[in-house]
Amino acid sequence: MYDAIVIGGGPAGTTAAIYLQRFKKSVLLIMKDAGALGKTKHIDNYYGFEETITGPELLKRGHAQARRLGVEIVNDEVLSIDNSPEYTVKTIKSEYKSKVVLLATGKSQATLKVKGFNDFIGKGISYCAICDGFIYRDKKIGLVGNKEFMLEELEILKNFSKDITIFTDGMDLEADVEEKVVREKILELKGENTVSKVVTKSDEYDIDVLFIAIGSPSASDFALRMGAFLDEKNNVIVDKLFMTNVPGLFAAGDTIGGLLQIVKATSDGAQATVSINRYIKNL
Amino acid sequence: MPIKVTTETFKKDVLESEVPVIVDFWAQWCRPCLMLAPVLEEVEKDLAGKVIVAKVNVDEEGYLANQYRISSIPTVLLFENGQLKTQVIGLMRKEDLIKRLGL
Ligand SMILES: Cc1cc2nc3c(=O)[nH]c(=O)nc-3n(C[C@H](O)[C@H](O)[C@H](O)COP(=O)(O)OP(=O)(O)OC[C@H]3O[C@@H](n4cnc5c(N)ncnc54)[C@H](O)[C@@H]3O)c2cc1C
Repeated sequence: MYDAIVIGGGPAGTTAAIYLQRFKKSVLLIMKDAGALGKTKHIDNYYGFEETITGPELLKRGHAQARRLGVEIVNDEVLSIDNSPEYTVKTIKSEYKSKVVLLATGKSQATLKVKGFNDFIGKGISYCAICDGFIYRDKKIGLVGNKEFMLEELEILKNFSKDITIFTDGMDLEADVEEKVVREKILELKGENTVSKVVTKSDEYDIDVLFIAIGSPSASDFALRMGAFLDEKNNVIVDKLFMTNVPGLFAAGDTIGGLLQIVKATSDGAQATVSINRYIKNL
Repeated sequence: MPIKVTTETFKKDVLESEVPVIVDFWAQWCRPCLMLAPVLEEVEKDLAGKVIVAKVNVDEEGYLANQYRISSIPTVLLFENGQLKTQVIGLMRKEDLIKRLGL
């Protein structure tokens, strides 16, 4: 059992892990890839770097610094978080337990961008199998996704219906499924009041509901399933102490919105640990 | 305290109510629904006398869920004088919910 699990190894999560380590808390940092910094070529505005530095280089240094100070870092993807009441963080390869979780997964992933999508939000489009699967018992279920996150949702949906079609929306399928798979890009969603058809280039598919689980889960996906507040832009809402409305669930960095910059991400990460430290003390 | 309504009591408790009724479609397994419960209790307290809150368990009341085409929970419906006025989907903070419901 760790004191804290930090999800995300960008500037927010890494800084938080360093501070927690300094507070003598046992901390595990889980990250799946380079995040936003991986795409950043020149950073000219971050304090203290006279020469420009690349995102990957800054990230590498941050991780080396964290490791030197004793932070344990694992490369893995978090699939789900449960709090009942201690936290269980399930990844592709393993499962970890902690007293608190800090979400620092960066900006939420883009969702399906096709004609008709926005018209059907709440009208047959769902982001949460565990919440809405039951409503579609024995109905025609469509599920958009291509990786383990999709499999997670699929496992839940199988309890409710046998008629499930996976839509990869043109992405590579990185998981084994027995269900019918449509690999073409989705062009449009159609329906009268609720969504009833998925249109691809060469065909149309009847559905009663379309669940979305594209790529990897983001903080907003975890927040939604745990009952944490999100704003209309899908940012996780936190209080002044960086805690969500779910006790022990904190968030920092791009995932809570505001200035989407490294300096703000590191600052969030540091500030969150002050309240995490206090929270753990009072448990 | 929010009242529990069923298919049998819906007409009397919601459609024939003198005051507007917020109807919360929820289920036990739905975390966001559970987190919305205290928010709705606060709404009821803040707007005491002006609105009542009713809860429909979609697990037990499939007919009502179907009737009002509930496709995602939590869904909150506002009824006034027997008419459906607004529909709001998803968990949100009290201020946002009151605003979205137009209260
Ligand atoms: C092209 C580009 C250029 C930029 N240029 C600048 C600049 O010049 N200056 C500046 O200050 N900012 C710049 N930014 C913004 C800056 O990169 C971000 O504000 C900052 O990286 C946010 O930090 P973060 O820690 O919140 O998130 P991120 O850096 O995005 O880190 C997110 C972390 O979460 C992990 N993660 C996500 N989901 C999961 C999961 N399910 N399981 C496990 N791990 C997960 C990722 O692997 C990653 O480690 C730029 C951004 C981009 C895209």
